[in-house]
Amino acid sequence: MRVLLEHLTKKFPGRGRKAHTEVIAVNDFTFEIPDGKLVGLLGPSGCGKSTTLNLICGLEKPTAGRIFFGEDDVTTLPPENRGVGFVFQNYALYPHLTVLGNILFPLQNLKGAAKLSKEEMLKRAKEAAHLVQIDNLLERRPGEMSGGQQQRVAIARALVKMPRVLLLDEPLSNLDARLRLQTREEIRRIQQETKITTIFVTHDQEEAMSISDMIVVMKDGVVQQIGKPQEVYDSPVNLFVAKFLGTPPINVFEGRVSGGRLFVGGDDILAAPGVTDREVWVGIRPEGFVLQPDGPLRCALSRVEVMGRDTSVVSSHPAAAGASIRSIISAENRVDTDSNAVRFAVKPAKTFIFDRETEERIRFGGQ
Amino acid sequence: MKSSNVKGWLYLLPAILFLGFFMVYPLIDVFIYSFEEGYNFASQTSFGIGLYNYSYVLHDGYFLQAVKNTFILVIITVPLSTGIALLISLGLNAIKPLRNLFQTVYFLPYVTNTLAVGLVFMILFKKTAYSEGLINLLINRFGGESVDFIDGPYWAKMFVMCFYTIWVVMPFKVLILTSALASVNPDYYRAARVDATPKRRIFTKITLPMISPMVFYLVITGFIGAFKAYSDEVALFGTDLNAAGMNTIVGYVYDMLYGDSGGYPSYASAAALILFVIVLTITCVNLLVSKKHVHY
Repeated sequence: MRVLLEHLTKKFPGRGRKAHTEVIAVNDFTFEIPDGKLVGLLGPSGCGKSTTLNLICGLEKPTAGRIFFGEDDVTTLPPENRGVGFVFQNYALYPHLTVLGNILFPLQNLKGAAKLSKEEMLKRAKEAAHLVQIDNLLERRPGEMSGGQQQRVAIARALVKMPRVLLLDEPLSNLDARLRLQTREEIRRIQQETKITTIFVTHDQEEAMSISDMIVVMKDGVVQQIGKPQEVYDSPVNLFVAKFLGTPPINVFEGRVSGGRLFVGGDDILAAPGVTDREVWVGIRPEGFVLQPDGPLRCALSRVEVMGRDTSVVSSHPAAAGASIRSIISAENRVDTDSNAVRFAVKPAKTFIFDRETEERIRFGGQ
Repeated sequence: MKSSNVKGWLYLLPAILFLGFFMVYPLIDVFIYSFEEGYNFASQTSFGIGLYNYSYVLHDGYFLQAVKNTFILVIITVPLSTGIALLISLGLNAIKPLRNLFQTVYFLPYVTNTLAVGLVFMILFKKTAYSEGLINLLINRFGGESVDFIDGPYWAKMFVMCFYTIWVVMPFKVLILTSALASVNPDYYRAARVDATPKRRIFTKITLPMISPMVFYLVITGFIGAFKAYSDEVALFGTDLNAAGMNTIVGYVYDMLYGDSGGYPSYASAAALILFVIVLTITCVNLLVSKKHVHY
C-alpha cells in the first residue's frame, strides 16, 4: 500500500507557563512512501518522528494536511478503520494472556462480515507465529520471554490482522546490542516476505541505514532529506544530515573559499570551482582522508587505533570544530607513531561544503 | 560465623521481645484460656481442660446471632463496596475536569472523625423528638411510612449497618483503585484501539486483569476488616449490641470480657479462636481463588 502524506502538520498546545506557545511537532510534511517498501523515520529525540507515526496510525489527529493509503483518504478515520498494525516501543503485550492469546486478540475483535471461525483464527494466529518463528512459544506468557521474543510476538500480533501498513515505534531500542543486530535482520526478512509497506521510527542512524529501502531524516518537526540510505549518506543536503549519519561521525572544520580554492585554517586542501568566496563549514567523512607525506591538510597526531582491517587515526587541527579528527585509512598504510604530525590529502567526493550561516550544502566541482 | 550469628540475634532481640510479649504470648494465652473450663479470674484456677467453652459459645443464642450478623455484613458489604468503588474509580479516571475535586470529596470520609460520621448518620437515619431523620423524610415524600432505622425492625437496622460500613470503607478502596487504574500503561489502551477492541472487551480483557492484584488485595482485606467489625456498630446502636440484636463476633468477645455480662475470658477466648478459624479459612480460599485469576 502506497502511503502519501500531504502538508501534514501537528501542533500541540503549550502547557503550564508556556500555555501561550504552541509546539509544532510535525511541520508541513509532504512525502510519498512507495508500496512494499521499508522506510525508516530517522532523527534525534524530539524531532517529531513518533508523532508522525502516530498520525499515520491515527492515534493522533493532524492539525492540517491529509494522509492517503493508496487512493483512500484516511485522514479522519480512527485507527481501527485504517488497517494498520502498530508495534509499540515497549511492545504493549498483555501480560495476563499467553502468546497465542495475544496474537488472537485482534482477530477476536473482528465483527460482522469480517468475523472468523475459531479454527480460522487459530490458523491465522499460527501462521503469524510461524512467520516470526515463535511456533514453540505459544503457551508462554510475555513475562517468561526475552525482549527479542516479545518483540516477535508484538510483530505477529500486528501482522495477524493482515494490515495494509505496518508501523514500528523504536522497534530495537529495548534490545541489547547483539539482539538488535539479529532483530533488525529479522524485521527486514519479515517485511520482504510479507511485502507490507512498513514504516519504523528510530534515532539510531546505523539501524535505519542498515535495513531501510528509504530513510526520512527529520529535525525539529521538519523533513531534512528523503532518499535511499546510501544516497543520503553520500550527498547530505545540509550540515545536520551530514553530522547525523555515519559512524564514526563526519569531521567538521571551519573553512573558507577563496579564489576557487577551499582552505581549512591555513591549509589549501581542494579546488572548489564555481564557489564564490565566503566562509563555510567543511565536512570530511572519516574515509575521505588519504595519508600522504606531502598532503595539504596538516594535523597534529594524537594516536593511532588499529582495528585489524582499518586503522583509525586520531589527530587534531586548529580549524576543527570538534576536539579531535577521526580518519579511517586502510591498515596497509603505516603511520609513523613517533612523529607528532600527520598530513592528509582529502577525497573530493567525501568532502562537503556548507554555508556558514544557513548550513545548507554548497555543491562544487560536479558534486 | 558464630559470633556474627550472635550479633544478628542481638539486633533482633528488641523486636522479638516486643512481639513476643505483646503478640505471641497473648495468642498462646488465648489458646490456653479457651480450653480451660470454669476458669476463675480471682484465684487463677480452673477445673480442668476440655471443649466446654466452645460448646457453650456455640450454643449461646447471642453468639449465633452475632455470627449471623457478621456473615450478612461480610457477604453484603465486601462485594458491594468493592464493586461500587470500582465504578467510582472508573468514573474518576474517565473525567478530566474537576477530577481532583471529586477525588478529594470521595476521600473525605477517610479522614473524617468517627463521631462526626456518626452525627451525619444520626441526621440521616435517627428518629428523634425533633426530626424523623432525612431518609424518613424522603420516604414520606414518596408516600412511604416512616421506618425506625435505629430501634426498629431487623432488616432496617441491618440496612443502616451495611450502608454505614460500605460508606466508611469506600474511600480507601477508591483511592487504591484509582491509583491502580492510573498506573495501567496507556500503551495497552492504544494497542487495543489500533486493534478495534470494543469498550466492554477492553474493560474485561485488559483493565480488569491489569488491576486484578489490587482488587484481590481489597477483597481480602475487606473480608478481614468486615469480620472484625465492632466499633461502627457501637457508634450506630450503642454499647448494648446484644439487646439491639446487632452484635458482631468481635462485639461478643468484647462483651464476654468487659461488657455487662463480662468476666468470662474463657468464653471470649473460645469465640475469638472461632473467629480466627473463620477468617483464616476465608483468606485461604481467597488466596486460592486469586492464584487462579491473578496471573502476575
